[in-house]
Amino acid sequence: MAVFYILLLFMIIAAIIAVETKDLLSSIICVGAIGIGTSIMFLFLRAPDIAITQIVVEVLGLIILIRATISRDLTFITGDREFFGTVISVVIIFVIFLAGIKVFETLPDFGTPLITEVANAASNTYIKEGFAKTGAANIVASVILDYRGYDTLGEATVLFTSIIGATIILRKKAKKMLEEPDK
Amino acid sequence: MPYALCFLLFMVGLYCTVVKKNIVKIVIGLAVMEYAVNLFLIMLGYRTGGTAPIIDKTYLEPVTGQITAGFINTSVDPLPQALVLTAIVIALGSLALMVSMCIRIYEKYGTLDITEIRRLKG
Repeated sequence: MAVFYILLLFMIIAAIIAVETKDLLSSIICVGAIGIGTSIMFLFLRAPDIAITQIVVEVLGLIILIRATISRDLTFITGDREFFGTVISVVIIFVIFLAGIKVFETLPDFGTPLITEVANAASNTYIKEGFAKTGAANIVASVILDYRGYDTLGEATVLFTSIIGATIILRKKAKKMLEEPDK
Repeated sequence: MPYALCFLLFMVGLYCTVVKKNIVKIVIGLAVMEYAVNLFLIMLGYRTGGTAPIIDKTYLEPVTGQITAGFINTSVDPLPQALVLTAIVIALGSLALMVSMCIRIYEKYGTLDITEIRRLKG
């Protein structure tokens, strides 16, 4: 139990450094520290598939973020917006935080998930019948690829669309000049 | 309480997104918020002393091949894990899209400062 608090505090400290440091490159490295903290925490939360995916996505995301900042001249401009607006934002965020703490008190305690209380939840069906019906020893894989296969199809579509969008935005020049008429 | 610390992490990301001027910092704030939300969803399914939802031989009845009650009573919730797996990959796609927009804005305006990008002002 204590390991969760230690990892969460590590991640919060890394996040604060990432937000407040002036140099963009060290900020990105702190984002990598948050990501690896998340990955280790997923391992302790008994979610090995998520931990593997998180570490791969983390490396790719760091490469993408470094691509955005390296060899840019002005990596040191940071600083807040107008002082008055900043104060109002901080106050509003603090109020949201206090309200959210009240909401979290109504949740079941950490370590007792809803599947222990609701007998016929969907997850219970997956755990009980997943192996017999799909033959997958990994229940997460059976949920992704069998019970909720359409979700994975949608995920692939979103990924494809975002990569197409990034390619189009980064394209150096149009294939056709503007004044050239359509044929 | 771990939920509250996770929510604090989310709030750090929200503060970064709202207050900072640098667009790369705003992207970083969004990434921190994504970490916090994914972590919260996985934490919702955790069971104290639970095992990962992966079946090995010790969880199968030797004769009938059925799952033992021990696995059903100790496995963590597999549904949030399956959905968060989708969310992590989608987060990578959206990060790539946001970063490519940042690169384009830098090429067009020569700055990463969001208050100096005049043409985006309403």
